[in-house]
Amino acid sequence: MIRMRVFLWVLVGLAAGLFGLFAYQLRQPKDEFVESAMIGKPMPAFDLAPAVAERPGLSSRDLADGRPRLLNVFASWCVPCAAEAPNLARLEAAGANIVAVAIRDRPADVAAFLAAYGNPFSRIGRDDISEVQLSIGSSGVPETFVIDGHGVIRYQHIGDIRDDDVAVLLEKLREAGA
Amino acid sequence: MIRFLHLLLRRPRESGDSASSGSRLKKGGVPAFSLRLCIATAGMTMLVCVLGGSLPAAAQDSLPPAPYAYRQLDDPALEASAQALMETLRCLKCQSQSIADSDAPMAGDMRHQVRTRIAAGEDPEQIRAWLVERYGDYVSYKPTVSATTWPLFAVPAVLLVLALLILRRRLRGAR
Repeated sequence: MIRMRVFLWVLVGLAAGLFGLFAYQLRQPKDEFVESAMIGKPMPAFDLAPAVAERPGLSSRDLADGRPRLLNVFASWCVPCAAEAPNLARLEAAGANIVAVAIRDRPADVAAFLAAYGNPFSRIGRDDISEVQLSIGSSGVPETFVIDGHGVIRYQHIGDIRDDDVAVLLEKLREAGA
Repeated sequence: MIRFLHLLLRRPRESGDSASSGSRLKKGGVPAFSLRLCIATAGMTMLVCVLGGSLPAAAQDSLPPAPYAYRQLDDPALEASAQALMETLRCLKCQSQSIADSDAPMAGDMRHQVRTRIAAGEDPEQIRAWLVERYGDYVSYKPTVSATTWPLFAVPAVLLVLALLILRRRLRGAR
């Protein structure tokens, strides 16, 4: 009889533990980001035409020339992309080489965007069908990747670059061998 | 009212990146809207852009969609296999929609990838693997037994066996 009672209490304990787990997990903030699984892997081969006349296009070969870079995935129609422009300018001023991929964008729109918010990019590839974006596991704009000198993806920053993120990205760039 | 406007402005096309929402929203989204609401929403967005005079208009759709975003493959058998795959791939910008269901431009671009790869002779599971390699298991709706998911499949079987054992013991005891 005592054994039976202990067994029942064990059941109650298990059920309470389970509900406790549910309560805990339900209170955890939901992770809204779909992270790329390509960190640590080489950049897939691609070759994009220039998005604007004043900058060359971007190919995977440009990313494996021994120099680490930031790869910014952006679009003129994306508002957070405009918001992060001052911080991209700060990164460029700090010596970062930034290349970009413009997603689903017309050259005239990209040119107008750069004229309004500045152009920190040394190259801008034109990705009309999100081909490169999909191949590197990026799920939106803006996103910023750190690519090392061998063309290996080292870090992904999701969302616009806030003030605090500038130092982080510079550090990741330094770790990648800048 | 603001909230209502906000909802309207988050166009079903690609929620999160549209002009109204300042922050990026990834897994959040809007379910399928009726065509009429789509048009109304697009009109509202344009109106807001014109009134706001902001430079980069919400021109996500200024480019035509990828060639195979809305065009079926000519071969019905290939299209069927592409369709079957698209129904089990998650739209990365929408909430609980497959890329077959979503009108987000990115889902269209993913459909284009699926259809062109199927047309080029790739196996559907190869294409799924290609996407999983990039986005993790999250992108696929197809349940798989893996190092993290095996208990989901094992626990019911174990419970069933346990229940049968207990039942047998009870039935014997009753006799």
